[in-house]
Amino acid sequence: MNELPQQLVNGLLLGSMYGLVAIGYTMVYGIVQLINFAHGEIFMTGAFGALSVSLWVLPNGTSMWVALPLMLLGGIIVAVLVAIGAERFAYRPLRGGPRLAPLITAIGLSLALQQAVWAWYPEAKSARTFPQIAGGPFEIGSVTIQTGDIFVFCAAPISMAILAYFVMKTRTGRGMQATAQDPDTAKLMGINTDRIIVVAFALGATFAAVGGVAYGLKYGQIDFRMGFMLGLKAFTAAVLGGIGNIYGAMIGGLVLGVAETLATAFISDIPGMHQFGSQSWANVWAFVLLILVLLFRPQGLLGERVADRA
Amino acid sequence: MRQRSLIAITAALAAGALTLTACGSRGGDKGSDSGSGGTTVIIGVDAPLTGDLSALGLGIKNSVDLAAKTANKQQTVKGITFKVQAFDDQAQPSSGQQNAVKFVADKNVLGVVGPLNSSVSESMQKVFDDAKLVQVSPANTGPSLSQGPDWRTKKVRQYKSYFRTATTDAIQGPFAAQYVYNDAKKTKVFVIDDKKTYGAGLAGTFTDEFKKLGGKVVGTEHIDPDTKDFSAVATKVKKSGADVVYYGGEYPQAGPLSKQIKAAGAKIPLVGGDGINDADFVKLAGPDSTGDLATSVGAPVEELDSAKQFVADYKAGGYKDEYSAYGGYSYDSAWAIIEAVKKVVEDNDGKLPSDARAKVTEAMQNVSFDGVTGKVSFDEFGDATNKQLTVYRVENGAFAPVKSGTFTG
Repeated sequence: MNELPQQLVNGLLLGSMYGLVAIGYTMVYGIVQLINFAHGEIFMTGAFGALSVSLWVLPNGTSMWVALPLMLLGGIIVAVLVAIGAERFAYRPLRGGPRLAPLITAIGLSLALQQAVWAWYPEAKSARTFPQIAGGPFEIGSVTIQTGDIFVFCAAPISMAILAYFVMKTRTGRGMQATAQDPDTAKLMGINTDRIIVVAFALGATFAAVGGVAYGLKYGQIDFRMGFMLGLKAFTAAVLGGIGNIYGAMIGGLVLGVAETLATAFISDIPGMHQFGSQSWANVWAFVLLILVLLFRPQGLLGERVADRA
Repeated sequence: MRQRSLIAITAALAAGALTLTACGSRGGDKGSDSGSGGTTVIIGVDAPLTGDLSALGLGIKNSVDLAAKTANKQQTVKGITFKVQAFDDQAQPSSGQQNAVKFVADKNVLGVVGPLNSSVSESMQKVFDDAKLVQVSPANTGPSLSQGPDWRTKKVRQYKSYFRTATTDAIQGPFAAQYVYNDAKKTKVFVIDDKKTYGAGLAGTFTDEFKKLGGKVVGTEHIDPDTKDFSAVATKVKKSGADVVYYGGEYPQAGPLSKQIKAAGAKIPLVGGDGINDADFVKLAGPDSTGDLATSVGAPVEELDSAKQFVADYKAGGYKDEYSAYGGYSYDSAWAIIEAVKKVVEDNDGKLPSDARAKVTEAMQNVSFDGVTGKVSFDEFGDATNKQLTVYRVENGAFAPVKSGTFTG
């Protein structure tokens, strides 16, 4: 049996999830030059929001075809509220201050959100099971795809298409582009930059919530720490793809996911490399790739070389 | 260097303070004639009370609490009231060491039950040993903790203050290998571990015995415990053609791993050690986990006559969390400390001596009583003399015992 197609699919699935979360990092960075380290936790609150809908809003035994859209909606609402709250109370008061201040705030906020879910969400002190879509796995040739994975496969491209349309075609989207290019001039042209920033946070949170639901469906469980490592990976993906570029975030996520999976699968087969091939080394190889990319393209895969803004 | 001197100072202070209390309580005895209550002895508990492993940790804490309450009610040690002080180590060696220093600093602590994780224990042993404070772990299974890093060839006792009621991986791994090869008739294994002290050790002893029996290891893999995505590993397992997977590690990873291996199309059982023998494993692994196996130290608590009382008392105690995999061992660990304190107090005319910690540690070596899990006593390394193990199988959404036995060579 040829393992490669299956491993590629595994990698693309993992990468799609990284990509969905990476979009939030990249959008916020593109507009306010803030690395929002609490974004991984927004992803986590999105997943818990969706779980809450399924636990307490929907009656038991609701079909997943009905439940999933509602859970998705619930997750998005929770994540967006958290993100907007974070922007309003944690980041906006520091805007215009030294760049490091919001960065540290973001790290603090990340810990605070983790601990808040840990302390107040019922039974969240260990992992909680997430509802699953019924139905067996699908076999396409030698590739097996789980029912829960189909959601990611559909959600990632659809989300990307909607985002591209929004940014390119709508008035608010063009306002975002203008703000990203030059916030002061954008303001002079009559763009409400404060509103644009809130929209960027909200959009990032929306995609993070979609990613959170995807995570729950794929792994069948969510916990209060799920956003930490995944957030770091998504941030890496955003840098790899070129931070500030929304397509780059998705591409970076996919590249990172595939790289990790292939490293786990095949490096141990190379003679003499056996001990460097296990999953515990996958992160090392992923970061080797990141360093190589940044050596030759410091702006990332799709990033544009721009002079640092004064 | 700084740390060491800090520990030394803490130990000196603690010893000094202990002497002072001993004097104080003697003075108090003269004054009061009621005599009830008397001296308070604290039994420390160090376990992961939050996080992924909290199900096991809370079981440990509650069981120790039950032992202390029972001893107080029965007046097991006259004039001594036992209290429990629990610290959370979050399964982190650094937190464990901080907790150990805190225990050492509290003069009333005469023994500590815990921790759960072998890797955490490694960071605590020396702190306790320097203070001569006895430590009894209900769950550590890493052989090197008691028998030294070269335990395969030359066994050397590491710390005089370290004891455990759990059986070591040196026995648990081979026991699992024998069951998998002889009883379950599986010959091709894929071995996975999480690279931690416990997981890697267990996987190592399993592999050695499995090969010795004639089985074949068709693949090995080390997972990253920080992720839940094991799809790449699962695909490798499927491709390898293995008919069984052995996982050295704990249930937060083992559950999703089992689930993803089955989802990848390899319908083969996952076998693990006591670290996966928890209800949460079945919850995380889902319905496909039926047939997965776990070995655990001792006989199943529910089936032992000696344990019926414990199970009933635990229920009556109204604890919110289950006693989990280590409840019985934790109770026995705490009771061993109580027995040691009793011996020390009785030898000293019903009072705690000034060097109570050292005396309790000494007394622990000779403790012997019938506990929840059977006869409790310790060999020359501080390991439990009870070497019984049980294989559990997931049936109808819960682990059910299938075979008990003792491992002999």
